[in-house]
Amino acid sequence: MGFELTQEYILGHMNYWLFSVLMMTGLYIVVAKGNLVKKIVGLNIFQTSVFMVYISMGKITGGTAPIFPQDMEIDPEVVYSNPLPHVLILTAIVVGIATTSLGLALIVRIQEEFNTIEEDDILKIERAIVQAENAIHGDAMGGRA
Amino acid sequence: MAVEPAQVAMTLSDQLPILQILIPLVTAPLIVLIGSRRLTWTLAFTASALSFVIAILLLIQVIDGSVISYQIGGWAPPLGIEYRVDAANAFVLLLVSGISTLVLPYARESVKFEIPARHHTLFYAAFMLCLTGLLGVTITGDAFNVFVFLEISSLSTYVLIAQGSYRDKRALTAAFDYLIMGTIGATFFVIGLGMLYMATGTLNMANLADRIADQGANRTVRAAFAFIVVGMGLKIAIYPLHLWLPRAYTFAPSAVSVFLAATATKVAIYVLLRFTFSVFQPAFLFEVNTLEFIILPFALLAMFAASFIAIFQSDFKRMLAYSSIAQIGYMLLGISLLTETGLTATIIYLFNHGITKATLFMGVGILVLRSGGSFYNRIQGMGKTMPWTSGAIVIGGLSLIGVPGTAGFISKWVLVEATIEKGWWPVSVLIVLSSLLAVIYVWRMFEALYLKTPLAGTDYKEAPLSMLIPIWILALSTIYFGFATDVTLTAARAAAQGLLAGSAGMM
Repeated sequence: MGFELTQEYILGHMNYWLFSVLMMTGLYIVVAKGNLVKKIVGLNIFQTSVFMVYISMGKITGGTAPIFPQDMEIDPEVVYSNPLPHVLILTAIVVGIATTSLGLALIVRIQEEFNTIEEDDILKIERAIVQAENAIHGDAMGGRA
Repeated sequence: MAVEPAQVAMTLSDQLPILQILIPLVTAPLIVLIGSRRLTWTLAFTASALSFVIAILLLIQVIDGSVISYQIGGWAPPLGIEYRVDAANAFVLLLVSGISTLVLPYARESVKFEIPARHHTLFYAAFMLCLTGLLGVTITGDAFNVFVFLEISSLSTYVLIAQGSYRDKRALTAAFDYLIMGTIGATFFVIGLGMLYMATGTLNMANLADRIADQGANRTVRAAFAFIVVGMGLKIAIYPLHLWLPRAYTFAPSAVSVFLAATATKVAIYVLLRFTFSVFQPAFLFEVNTLEFIILPFALLAMFAASFIAIFQSDFKRMLAYSSIAQIGYMLLGISLLTETGLTATIIYLFNHGITKATLFMGVGILVLRSGGSFYNRIQGMGKTMPWTSGAIVIGGLSLIGVPGTAGFISKWVLVEATIEKGWWPVSVLIVLSSLLAVIYVWRMFEALYLKTPLAGTDYKEAPLSMLIPIWILALSTIYFGFATDVTLTAARAAAQGLLAGSAGMM
């Protein structure tokens, strides 16, 4: 458990620091911003931070691209980076793009129906709908709704 | 297993695991490409029925505790992706494909009523993708593959929920909320997988289990567990993470609500089971602590708080959504016991609740089709005009409470048995007490349907046969599984033993 907060420790874990900062920034935007497009942007930053962890994880100091020479005479001196995390992230990026485009498509539909993409305004409209519903359906239940 | 030469799958029966996924996956683009509204439904139904048959064949092969390992492309695990079928996931596969096969005939009328005709082909394509995703999450033995299939099912689910916007525009915001929370959940899950990969250098679940068992717990593994539990928790709708669920289930088209309520959360629970019991060892102290001090209190809270909220709903469909959150509490309770009986209880609960909730949501869908709304005062007195539909709803309601003679009774019975076996008798008392809350909300539904006079000037016809048959198959099966307990109990026990055997059972 015990570790020292040395300069080496701080610099050596630079990718994790950046990941944490980026991840928290993204998550904060998703939670704090009322504009739906900004929420999607936050979500993107949040996902990108994870891509960064994976990509930095596969990198080995001094490592080169993991492609064997054509004559297949592999020099044991050469260090290769781990390609697997990179490939995984290619898939995750595709998923991220799909999520973003679907989110934006939903925002377009929300704009058409609600005439706004501000969360506060949408909540107001929805609250009005609920009140109208309760006026009809709540009273009939003896006001128990 | 690791260096075993790649066996060549020659016969069709060897290819069953991949066909399970491939059939619905290929059907989705096929539906869009053919684009014919007449063929769409037939194609979707055929694909779903085929995957149901495959699921039955797979379950028969593994019910005795054996394991099928299918190597995709002939690449041997742990390097290649592996589909691994054992009793636990064969059981879930059966539930998912079975429900989907029953939902599709039902969806035909319901979708015609709720969604404009020009969107039908795309609707069924999205439905097929959702089915593919759920089946894929269940069948795969590769941790990253779980994430990919999870996102396939989630993305199509957001689309399906948003289709409710033709009836109520709040479906759009419900889908958007779910998109945000679902993506955060999935991303947490990926962070967890990344940490597992850092610690072990593998993504094959069986291999992960071995390497984690060898190296024991360290901080990376513990952090991975936390991320995976929270990520899946969002998908399962564990009590404080449930906010997306009531709105999504209320505003989604009826057929989609049926399918999601019966399968989506259940598959997420299966993933949690797989990770807590097979990948991580239940012997780890951090895992025991997480389950006992975090999951258990929240499960109990869900059982009471969500049931209590359900009592005060004036909308039948919304009431069922809150009741689902409460029922998820019971399933998590079974997991947190960390015993074989507890696990059996969770698996049997998962199945029985799946068919019970499907019956009820189908019933609501029929009432919506006839009356145009699911508010209690909109549907009041419909028990007299639509006796068949309401009869099925009542059976579902009784099973929800856990009345003897229904499937719901068996699952609660096994759960109570598990808590007593563990010596947690106060928890057993709480299970019974929270079931009393279920009596109240089911009674309110019964009261609205049977004891109120129908609204003046309404004379509703009974539902079409294409909807009555699926709902009655489900209603009768809740009764059947309430008496013929051997079938489900044997399968659930085999599943629980397979899961608890951990890596030993997987290799």
